[in-house]
Amino acid sequence: MLTIAGRKFRSRLFGGTGKFSSPEVMKEALEASGCEMVTVALRRIDLNNPADDIMRVLDRDRYLFLPNTSGARDAAEAIRLARLARASGGGEWLKLEVTPDPRTLLPDPIETLKATEELVKEGFKVLPYMNADPILALRLQDAGAVAVMPLGSPIGTNQGVLTRFQVEIIISQAQVPVIVDAGLGAPSHVAEAMEMGADAVLVNTAIAVAGDPVRMARAFAMAVEAGRIAYEAGLGAVSKDAAASSPEDGLGFLR
Amino acid sequence: MKVFCNGQEQDIPSGSRVTDCLNMLCLDPLSVVVECDGKILTREEYASHELQDGSVLELIRFVGGG
Repeated sequence: MLTIAGRKFRSRLFGGTGKFSSPEVMKEALEASGCEMVTVALRRIDLNNPADDIMRVLDRDRYLFLPNTSGARDAAEAIRLARLARASGGGEWLKLEVTPDPRTLLPDPIETLKATEELVKEGFKVLPYMNADPILALRLQDAGAVAVMPLGSPIGTNQGVLTRFQVEIIISQAQVPVIVDAGLGAPSHVAEAMEMGADAVLVNTAIAVAGDPVRMARAFAMAVEAGRIAYEAGLGAVSKDAAASSPEDGLGFLR
Repeated sequence: MKVFCNGQEQDIPSGSRVTDCLNMLCLDPLSVVVECDGKILTREEYASHELQDGSVLELIRFVGGG
């Protein structure tokens, strides 16, 4: 069973709560996914149009909330959001995101490390969203991150695990759980990440924008489970040369 | 007196507390986190924290996100 910062998770699929067509669809999809941890964001209330409160439909006994710092462009903004999240009753768990460039939404490694160091001191359980950089993963782990979240591909792109080579190194070195996050657009993508030995994956967009988010959530859950079982079962070695599956002897009667 | 809530000017009676302001805006205190003049307030402080003329409030809450 997956353990992060002393907490056990039966499901290795974590869900996002953004982009769903309604809170009800989100609730049903999260239930179908079987996930036990969900990300949420913090935003100013639009006083002219106070949107539906998503927390109304989310059962806090069922899900561990992982507030994110999305929208933060540097460490100072991320730390401010983290403190607000804690004051909102978000607890100590935090998905740290520092994305200065709105075009790529790629994380700033230096600001992410700085914010991790500060927030760990303040008692947060920090799960940093990071580029798939093996050295940075070690630095974040040394700074006290309880897990690392390397990206498969940029947020919301559904491109899958473009960072396979680096993620494999991160997994081979990490002493903390590795959660592949961002860009996982199809069940096959999460199966790939889990077969590689990722401890968990986080999926939001691919489920939320699917034609049928509830069925898609179930497909992702099955793929995560299949990928994990395959990893534990031990995949066969990859080779360049063909190796016959049927016996090569006993063909004398043909010649 | 005037206070600024999420960038909008609001007229509220002198001596109002944060709770009064949230009630006026029809916001559930349990779903809102309040930053007043740069300081994050705990929920327990909402009822006692008195607003000043010109106070700047940020009213934040959880929304869907990834």
